Amino acid sequence: MNSVPLSWMGLSIAIPVVGAFAVSRTRNPDRARHWSVVITAATLLSTIGVWCNFQLLESSASHAGPRLVSRCLGYEALVIDQFSAPLLPLTAALYFLTTATTLRTKIRRFSFGLALVSEAIALAIFACSAGWLLITLLVVGTVPPYLELRSRAGSTGVYSTRVYVVHMALFVGLLLLGQVLVDLEGGTGAHSVWAILPLLLAVLVRSGIVPFHCWITDLFEHATFGTALLYATPLVGAYAAVRLVLPIAPEWVLRSMGLVSLATAVYAAGMALIQRDARRLFSYLFLSHSALVLVGLEMLTPIGLTGALCVWLSVGLAMGGFGLTMRALESRVGRLSLVDFQGLYDHTPNLAMCFLLTGLASVGFPGTFGFVGTELLVDGAVETYLYVGVAVVVAAAINGIAVVKAYFLLFTGTRHASSVSLMIARRERYAVLALAGLIFYGGFVPQPGVESRHQAADELLQAHAARENPSTSSAGFTGGRRSPEPPLCIQQPKTAPLGNSLAMPKIPFIALQ
Amino acid sequence: MFDYELLMRGLGLAVVAAPFGLLLVLGVSSLVGHPLPERRIARMGHLAIAVGFVASVTVLGLMLASETYCVPIEVGSWVAIPHYHFSVKFVFDRLSVPFVILSFILCGTIGAFANRYMHRERGFNRFFVMYALFMLGMVVTSLAGTIETLFAGWELVGLSSAMLVAYFHERPAPVRNGLRVWAVYRISDAALLLASVVLHHVRGEGDFDKLLGSLPWPEGAAVLSGPEALLVGLLLLLAAAGKSALVPFSGWLPRAMEGPTPSSAVFYGALSVHLGAFLLLRVSPILDMSLWLSAAVVVAGLSTALFAAVAGRVQTDIKSALSFASLTQVGIIVAEIGFGLRYLALVHILGHACLRTLQFVRAPTLLTDYRSLENAIGGSLPATPNVFQRWIPERVQMQVYRSALERGHLDTCLAERLVAPVIRFFQYCDALERRWTDWIAGGPSRESERTRTTVASLEEVL
Repeated sequence: MNSVPLSWMGLSIAIPVVGAFAVSRTRNPDRARHWSVVITAATLLSTIGVWCNFQLLESSASHAGPRLVSRCLGYEALVIDQFSAPLLPLTAALYFLTTATTLRTKIRRFSFGLALVSEAIALAIFACSAGWLLITLLVVGTVPPYLELRSRAGSTGVYSTRVYVVHMALFVGLLLLGQVLVDLEGGTGAHSVWAILPLLLAVLVRSGIVPFHCWITDLFEHATFGTALLYATPLVGAYAAVRLVLPIAPEWVLRSMGLVSLATAVYAAGMALIQRDARRLFSYLFLSHSALVLVGLEMLTPIGLTGALCVWLSVGLAMGGFGLTMRALESRVGRLSLVDFQGLYDHTPNLAMCFLLTGLASVGFPGTFGFVGTELLVDGAVETYLYVGVAVVVAAAINGIAVVKAYFLLFTGTRHASSVSLMIARRERYAVLALAGLIFYGGFVPQPGVESRHQAADELLQAHAARENPSTSSAGFTGGRRSPEPPLCIQQPKTAPLGNSLAMPKIPFIALQ
Repeated sequence: MFDYELLMRGLGLAVVAAPFGLLLVLGVSSLVGHPLPERRIARMGHLAIAVGFVASVTVLGLMLASETYCVPIEVGSWVAIPHYHFSVKFVFDRLSVPFVILSFILCGTIGAFANRYMHRERGFNRFFVMYALFMLGMVVTSLAGTIETLFAGWELVGLSSAMLVAYFHERPAPVRNGLRVWAVYRISDAALLLASVVLHHVRGEGDFDKLLGSLPWPEGAAVLSGPEALLVGLLLLLAAAGKSALVPFSGWLPRAMEGPTPSSAVFYGALSVHLGAFLLLRVSPILDMSLWLSAAVVVAGLSTALFAAVAGRVQTDIKSALSFASLTQVGIIVAEIGFGLRYLALVHILGHACLRTLQFVRAPTLLTDYRSLENAIGGSLPATPNVFQRWIPERVQMQVYRSALERGHLDTCLAERLVAPVIRFFQYCDALERRWTDWIAGGPSRESERTRTTVASLEEVL
């Protein structure tokens, strides 16, 4: 049996956990940042190892849809499949870039230890299929931002945790209630609406769908930009939708999810236009884009779902980069206002380019990866409901205006006077180049990414179809099912495995639990 | 003996690859923080123009020699998955070849002009990056064989235009005007994308040769019914109206004169202002399917021509006057398209673009030209009362004059009737959200409204 990918996976989770412990004991913020950069880089390499090994395994499989499964006590604990494989390095890259581009002006405010813990939780979430492990991780994942908000509330004298706490309490309550009801109904096949509805509502809260979206804007108001960015951008809510709701929800439930998400996409786009603060603008842009992902998830067509998964990647990359650029600007001039012109171009031309590039990539500008995703999403929408396509186009148009408006307000209109250099740092330049490279690569050579998302979409549709027809064997989105295989067994497709040139020594998985 | 198809394919790709290569080099050098020196940029620009121009003229020559009127070039499937493919396809026909040759000629002229006009300007590199982006967008739009490819080029032209309007970005006025141009372009882009969505919905196709008939332009016949053609056509007309500054979107064109003269010449005098008309020419078989649609195109064109003819007479600076003169001609061109006069419209575009480019690049030396004329005739240039002043009552003249000064109140109408209600609605929602979060938080919840944004230098903050 080949345990290579899950050893990498275990390492990807263990490194930030151990690193968080080490960093939290460091009193020197510079040293904490330095070690965090090393740890997140190692985590990123590890997740890339997971992904590469999965791709090698997938290319050698004689049938579609290999999955790597680790079982614990008969339950599927960790699963890496076509859907989740690229999400791991994407999440790790976001954490790495955020940590690496944290300037000195922010190192005392941004908690590196909490960020590493969040990273471990996020990666573990993306390596979970369903069941109580996923629920537990989703619940635990809400804690690090709360801890930061509480510590900042003490220092700023502002009671800034309530909005977040209320919404996350609602999220946790609905999640637990829904899973309990699903478990009580048990087995495969249809679940009652009373079991599905709490899970659906939990997903909507976590994803920031109107009217449950205020916690995201509030989080960006009160938390550090880095923490808020890392909590929001990986789209954990959408992941929960795929793992918890999609396999069991009937079409009308998914359609309802799609409708409210569509309304959120257009509403958030309009709200982004009128914002006077850059963070709030970013939060609304993010809400609009992430809502489009949920819109695509409900389509249940190969093209629509593929589009949603492509938009997911482009949102992570482009919005992550957009947020990091804003954060870099904030590090230099403080909180960014969108009331007056700031005129920062002459001081930070590279950041200006990155801002425009990532902002336009997020709205699907030609030549960027977002263009393909948006095209697929719109095309998929046309197959199902024409009005969905119209709303997606309108939201994208308004978002484009908001992005360029923000660009003009922040970088032009006047000349910013500064007696210190605000030029881009070397780390930031590398981050900008890496992001630009990925965005353009995805834009000009989209085939590999789209193909992988299409395969993932096919697997998700098969799983959904298996729920509709329980006699058909499913692809395994029914977490919690006992199996006769021994625990801690790694399943592979029934083909000859590749040579073990990349194999790591087997690490007993139980040691990591 | 040579392989004709292979040669045509190579030349066709060279036409697109030349501006793309220029953009790649200039863009990457800017991104890595090492912009190229002026002389190298100039040489690379000349090379790209020369390659593209020679390739496109060679294509034209080969097409004429072989009496071929349409040469499709499929680059390949950019994305191909089951049930979906996005193929990049270019078509060389009687519409696209003249337009792309015109693009290369005018871009080359303006490039040479700008090398000197923009010499030692702070934003020299930035100008030429946008110039390369614009040229690529124009070439892709001209040669697009599918509506998706056309949309991609359309967006590139839009972004470069808006960025060049805001070229002098140390001042707020060019930036505000650039944003307004961008907003109108986004509406135009949305309309084009919606047209593409509807076409896919009704026909499942985006290829022009499948939608508009296999015969070469302009002899195709659209495979749409009357109501389908009306819906798609109206969306395309809206897209064209935004791009070509037709009524009611005419307000952005004089505002776009904030940009440097080379970009004004090539964009708003010559090329991008005709893009809307080009789009209507490209989809002219759809216009033939619906009388109402053709009538709408004629009305849009004639009303634009009338408006621009009147507004142009009250302008007090040469570039604004020229912009309205351009708009008058564009309106006439669109009306010609609506009347079904396709070749006339194409020839009109070619001639008008060249004339207007000349006028725009001469605009900075207008006063010198006037003095030369007056020196030659030995006195002031005569100003004779025109028909309008002789036959129209003075009270009406004043009303028309005031309306023309306000540019037909078009901007005000759009701002007050369309934009302001939307802004007010979302501001109301924002206020509701603030009340909601304040209630949950038990106090003021928006830190951003209390935090003073830093305008002082960083050392004063620390």
